[in-house]
Amino acid sequence: MGNVVAMILAGGQGTRLGVLTEKIAKPAVPFGGKYRLIDFTLSNCVNSGIYRVGVLTQYRPHVLAKHIGIGRPWDLDRKDGGVEILPPYVGRNESDWYKGTANAVYQNLEFLEENNAELVLVLSGDHVYAMNYNDLIDYHLSKGADGTIACMEVPLEEASRFGIMITDVEGRIVDFEEKPAKPRSNLASLGIYVFNYEFLKEVLIEDDTDSTSSHDFGKDVIPRILKENKGSLYAFRFDGYWRDVGTLRSYWETNLELLLPIPPFNLYDPNWKFFTHSEEMPPAYVSSEAKTITALISEGAEIYGEVSNSVIFQGVKIGKGTTVRNSVIMTKTEIGENCYLENVIIAENVKVGNNVKIGVGEDAGSKLNPKIYTGLLTVVGMNSEIPDNMVIGKNCVIGVGVSSTDFKTQHLESGDYVLAKGE
Amino acid sequence: MRVLGLILAGGKSDKLWPLTKVRASAAVPVFGKYRAIDFTLSNMVNSGIKKVGILTQYNPRSLMDHLGSGKEWDLDRKSGGLFILQPYVGPNKEVWYRGTADAIFQNMTILRRGEEDHVLIGSGDHIYKMIYRDMFNYHLRKNADVTLLVKELDETYNLREYGIVQIDQDMRVIEIEEKPSHPKGNVAFLGVYFMNKELLKELLYATVPQGKYDLLLDVIIPNLDRLKVFAYRFDGYWRNVKKGIHEYYRINMDILKKDIRDELFYRNGKVYTKLKDLPPPKFTSTTTVENSLIADGSIISGTVKNSVIFRNVRIKVGAVVENSIIMENTVVEEGAVLRNVIVDKNCIIREGRIIEGDRQIPVFEKRAVL
Repeated sequence: MGNVVAMILAGGQGTRLGVLTEKIAKPAVPFGGKYRLIDFTLSNCVNSGIYRVGVLTQYRPHVLAKHIGIGRPWDLDRKDGGVEILPPYVGRNESDWYKGTANAVYQNLEFLEENNAELVLVLSGDHVYAMNYNDLIDYHLSKGADGTIACMEVPLEEASRFGIMITDVEGRIVDFEEKPAKPRSNLASLGIYVFNYEFLKEVLIEDDTDSTSSHDFGKDVIPRILKENKGSLYAFRFDGYWRDVGTLRSYWETNLELLLPIPPFNLYDPNWKFFTHSEEMPPAYVSSEAKTITALISEGAEIYGEVSNSVIFQGVKIGKGTTVRNSVIMTKTEIGENCYLENVIIAENVKVGNNVKIGVGEDAGSKLNPKIYTGLLTVVGMNSEIPDNMVIGKNCVIGVGVSSTDFKTQHLESGDYVLAKGE
Repeated sequence: MRVLGLILAGGKSDKLWPLTKVRASAAVPVFGKYRAIDFTLSNMVNSGIKKVGILTQYNPRSLMDHLGSGKEWDLDRKSGGLFILQPYVGPNKEVWYRGTADAIFQNMTILRRGEEDHVLIGSGDHIYKMIYRDMFNYHLRKNADVTLLVKELDETYNLREYGIVQIDQDMRVIEIEEKPSHPKGNVAFLGVYFMNKELLKELLYATVPQGKYDLLLDVIIPNLDRLKVFAYRFDGYWRNVKKGIHEYYRINMDILKKDIRDELFYRNGKVYTKLKDLPPPKFTSTTTVENSLIADGSIISGTVKNSVIFRNVRIKVGAVVENSIIMENTVVEEGAVLRNVIVDKNCIIREGRIIEGDRQIPVFEKRAVL
């Protein structure tokens, strides 16, 4: 096996996650009680024995950079290799922001060169999955391919959301369709690629000179390789669990899937641990008045109320007489007494007063952005404050850093929203 | 604060048997994810002490494994950091530590080297949270030779188990009686010494070669007249984990009280411990949990009341755990019932087993299968 360098694309804004990604990049979005999305890809790398990792950041990289640090939680604080954050920079040709996924890797060819890359793994920093990349690499080498794309069979009716591969009997990709209206196959790209370095370098340099290209792997580079028959691309079939939590609905569902009696995604596998940088906190405390069923309740949480079918992150406090159902409550959020919360996502550091109801009443379309806010969920952005006695309906949005005084009424109708002053 | 920290962690502690069969008392697991030594070590780090020596002797493997390079306490440093001071055979054939003074004497190099002016000596098996800065300032203000940490103990402590201290109006220590059968007061020495480093060296040279090996009995007490020994009062929660199984049990149950939890976990800095990278605990659809601490990696499907559940424990459907301490990796199978028991790491409680303690708290040793 040649020298493998992983390039994790972590610049994504993740606009469809609405207020959750207003201040942080999508790979930094908290998930599963104590993790951030990028932890899964980073952990897959080190569990696969890959200790040379570049993280390509762009959109709001601060939280992400702080989270990764020198890579210590993933054992990536190495003398040789390790993890390096690769932000966009101004170079000789004034190349500035990453124009697309392919351009991001192109701008860091020097990093790959320095690390003597023979094989390059191109990964996304915002997927939830466990994959041994060695299986992908072994397949790639056994086929003598120039590039290999990890694919998964998806239900045909969902195939039009993905990049779809059409392969021959050998598994060689003969055609590719990005989000086709009438898919000819159900083999979807997972955005996980392995390339021979020299081959990748060549196609990326060529792509850079093409002014019509948007410099994206899925949209431009892969179709061009196939169309111009530049090299052999193979599809590697992955049959494990893989989720792109791109929408609020899928984010919420994927979190709650962890609570199934036999979850499709196993955080508890001792042979495939997920590592993260998390705060040092004591074990979770559950009081005598509390009721906790079907829930993940992380360290530092103190539960005095009722929690069911929910994921509770580190340091969350839930007051007496409060009920939390079908919800995701992120780090250090405090919920007062006698509240009722159903189908909500609350981001980090939120203060919810006493006697507050969230997620109640009839459903209604979002007045803020019906494309993003759908499906009965009410979302509260980080660092917000919800005053005592508020009643907030379904499909509502409370923005980032909203203060109690931003609420004009005691009752927020379903579909309504409150944003911080000046936003 | 240029202070060298020394933690006495060599204790065997027969009173905690069988928990100390496989580990030093400083390495005894407490509160779901910690070991006793985490408290004193975190106190030192939170006080800004950058160099800490750990004096080990009895069964140090699990302690060493726990401490590692000192990374979790930010003590993996280029200068200073964590030093494990084990007994060794040298040209003078020094071997086992014959007492606390002897242990420090045999490691005189750590006192000789380094630019610290003061030494803070603590114990690896005490549970309390404290920033030592005020005590240090007090030590300087009093122009003391030695400052001892003391506390007025209430009736929940057996005074005959502690060093009872007599102090005058000026807080000067005039008498210390170690484990007196008839205690004359309730002010006890908490095993924490602040001393000038040079003075400690002198005292050790003057006593250890004479065959006197205990820091308190042979070094401090006989010199009370000559030295300015002051007491510094501590009012917070303080318990010594090695006083016995009942005390160990009580300490773990104490953490279920909100005020004690707030004091030990959230005041005066954090408590640091070795990380395990485990997912959040999972509560399934058949769970009942009341007044309990549940650590990472555990999956609870049964009933847990008034208990401390360590990391990676499985409590299966229909199992009941009450008033108990269940350590890491233990599995309580379907329908088993545990009341008032302590179960060490990696045990298996078989299906349907019923074990109830009363005034005697049964302790099941590591890897027991019941």
